[in-house]
Amino acid sequence: MKKIINNLFKSCKALLNKLFTKIKTAKKKTLLITIIAILIFISVWLWDNPTFYFLTRITLYSSIPLMVVALGGMFSERSGVVNIALEGMMLMGAFVGLFIMYILQGKGYNGQHIFLLSIFIGGIVGAVYAILHAYASINMKANQIISGTALNLFAPALAIFLARFFTGTQQLNFSDPFRIKRMGFLSDIPVIGKILFTNVYLSTYIGIVILLVSAIILYRTRFGLRLRACGEHPQAADAAGVNVYKIRYAGVIISGFLAGIGGVVLIVATTTTFNANVSGYGFLALAVLISGQWRPGRVVIVALLFGFLLKISDAVTLIPLLDNLRLPSNVYSMLPYIATLFVLAFTSKKSQAPRAAGEPYDAGKR
Amino acid sequence: MRKIDKDKPLKLTTSELLALDVSKAKVSILSSLLSIFMGLVLGMIIMLIVKPESSFGGLATILTGGFQDGAQSFGNVLHYSTPLILAGLSVGFAFKAGLFNIGGAGQIVVGGFVAIYIGVKWTWLPSEIHWIVAMLGAGLAGALWASVPGLLKAYRNVHEVVATIMMNYIGMYLVLILIKGSVYNSDKNETVSVPRAARLPRWGLDKIFEGSYVSAGIIIAIIVSIIIYIIIFKTTLGYQLRMVGHNRHAAKYAGVNEKRNIVYSMLIAGALAGLAGGTIYLSPAGRHIEIVSQLVSEGFDGIAVALLGMSHPLGVLFAGFFFGYIKTGGFYMQSWGFDEEIINIIIASIIYFSALALIFRTKATQIILLFGKWFRNIFKKEKPKDKENRGDLDEEDN
Repeated sequence: MKKIINNLFKSCKALLNKLFTKIKTAKKKTLLITIIAILIFISVWLWDNPTFYFLTRITLYSSIPLMVVALGGMFSERSGVVNIALEGMMLMGAFVGLFIMYILQGKGYNGQHIFLLSIFIGGIVGAVYAILHAYASINMKANQIISGTALNLFAPALAIFLARFFTGTQQLNFSDPFRIKRMGFLSDIPVIGKILFTNVYLSTYIGIVILLVSAIILYRTRFGLRLRACGEHPQAADAAGVNVYKIRYAGVIISGFLAGIGGVVLIVATTTTFNANVSGYGFLALAVLISGQWRPGRVVIVALLFGFLLKISDAVTLIPLLDNLRLPSNVYSMLPYIATLFVLAFTSKKSQAPRAAGEPYDAGKR
Repeated sequence: MRKIDKDKPLKLTTSELLALDVSKAKVSILSSLLSIFMGLVLGMIIMLIVKPESSFGGLATILTGGFQDGAQSFGNVLHYSTPLILAGLSVGFAFKAGLFNIGGAGQIVVGGFVAIYIGVKWTWLPSEIHWIVAMLGAGLAGALWASVPGLLKAYRNVHEVVATIMMNYIGMYLVLILIKGSVYNSDKNETVSVPRAARLPRWGLDKIFEGSYVSAGIIIAIIVSIIIYIIIFKTTLGYQLRMVGHNRHAAKYAGVNEKRNIVYSMLIAGALAGLAGGTIYLSPAGRHIEIVSQLVSEGFDGIAVALLGMSHPLGVLFAGFFFGYIKTGGFYMQSWGFDEEIINIIIASIIYFSALALIFRTKATQIILLFGKWFRNIFKKEKPKDKENRGDLDEEDN
């Protein structure tokens, strides 16, 4: 335990050190970025209106689950296992997590505790479901896309079957007491207070923690290095004494855990009925992951952009410029998908996918 | 090096079994049958857990439902398998060229919309060729829709899985917009009904299978799968496509224009899915596109069909019939208190098991070898002399 804390402490220190040296060396670029950031901050402060905060808030509601699931996909793909089953894992996690919520709500438990419990259970279920994918693609050397598709087909069928069996309908209704209106003095901080500390879900902070932890794990720990090695050149990793199978199992299971969390968080933040689907967010998260070039920093940016595009159709009546165009709302619904295609068309040529992703590792092959 | 004794297959290891010279087609077919068996077992287990008293009746209904009401049920089996076969051919054809076409849902809905549009609006066409024009329009629309991911894959290196998924959603929303502007029935919030003259003809099939929805679609599906078989295995284009599918770089080195072939294979795959859309929405059952943001389920079923049929056109044909058959059985499951979703659970697990090909292929090889020995022993009229081997039959290999 002490060793781990020491290690973490050391790695944080190293990170900070590197940051400072970077600032010193890359003066021009950083200066430019800082100035732009400050300008954006000031302009946002001046342009302080409720529509803007409404937009940022609903953007966060869908960006956070997208980001969490995409980070999950990152762990799996950087270990060398393509995970198209994110959608199914999200759905399984969301189904069981919300089923627990459905049972526990109205029995006198603390709202936030139920929320945390269902997030945790959703994660566990996602991880267990991911073991199926891991077994097929690591032990059985199956085609990873086929196994992923099978899991994607299996999850909604099972969720509908069980939900209809236990509740009579396939919908699970729950109430939403989880939104936190204000967080004391934190909400009074200009701009940031209104974006991050009013009308938020606890899941927003969980998402941010997950982001930081996964970035540190991926780049600053021994496990992260091994994970990346297994995704780039498993034979070399094996020769260096790494157990490729174990690392890949870990990668896939982590991805299932995060996908399950993402499922619960998505449903709670965007609706109050669960209708046995996660509306394609798993596939979108996959697109976020690929557009984000399998890196946590870029994944965040792409997830924010996608979250914004996904929610623009809800807010279109509030933006006079767009409302005047009088387009059907489905046009805005198409936007995130068209944007994905464009982003991919311009970035895929020099795509930096993990080199061994999609290839089963066979120790006998050289 | 250990001596490999074909007569004792249960004692061989996995890699030794896979290296043996056993007919590949036999192994594939048998391993597909084994995964179907395992899928049914899993469905049975779920039914046993949920409601043990009616589980055996439920399983019997799944297996015999296609004949429950005689010719009518079997006609419906044919009706439900039509789009499944075409969608499966679409996925399988792209798979032959090494592409994974998950965009069936989008291509089907776009093709279906064009079919409905032509069926409803172009009433000046004589009724003999009206449905043919509508079907051709559906195929063209599907091809157009699939060409986008094809071009992106060939010239911009965009992964076709993500591109086709995105095209699914774009197609779904685009069709919703287009319907509202053209063939919208605001009372029921769906498309207007296609007039009877533009629907698929029955060609006397309704006389054979009285009371069912069967139409010319099934015959089209069978003819198309034969055409696809010829394209894949008997033409230069098919040969080049398979080359690209096996190894894109080697094909390029051998002088194949691999980019053009990728686009072609997506075009044909899209056309097949578009035709599937046409058969769904022009069928005598009279289905409509509803205004809901939900993907058409046949697109994903097509993947299952192609995987079970191992992308071989004739395999796809049989897999399509099989899934149509158990889906028809699923409609009778309500009487046992089970939801028809149990069928989708079984289909998904069949796909999962067929992904575990390694186990099933080795098991299939073992079974074939054992049966081969058994047959040989019968025909040579020799006494089986492997008494020491008997006890090993249920032993696991490692």
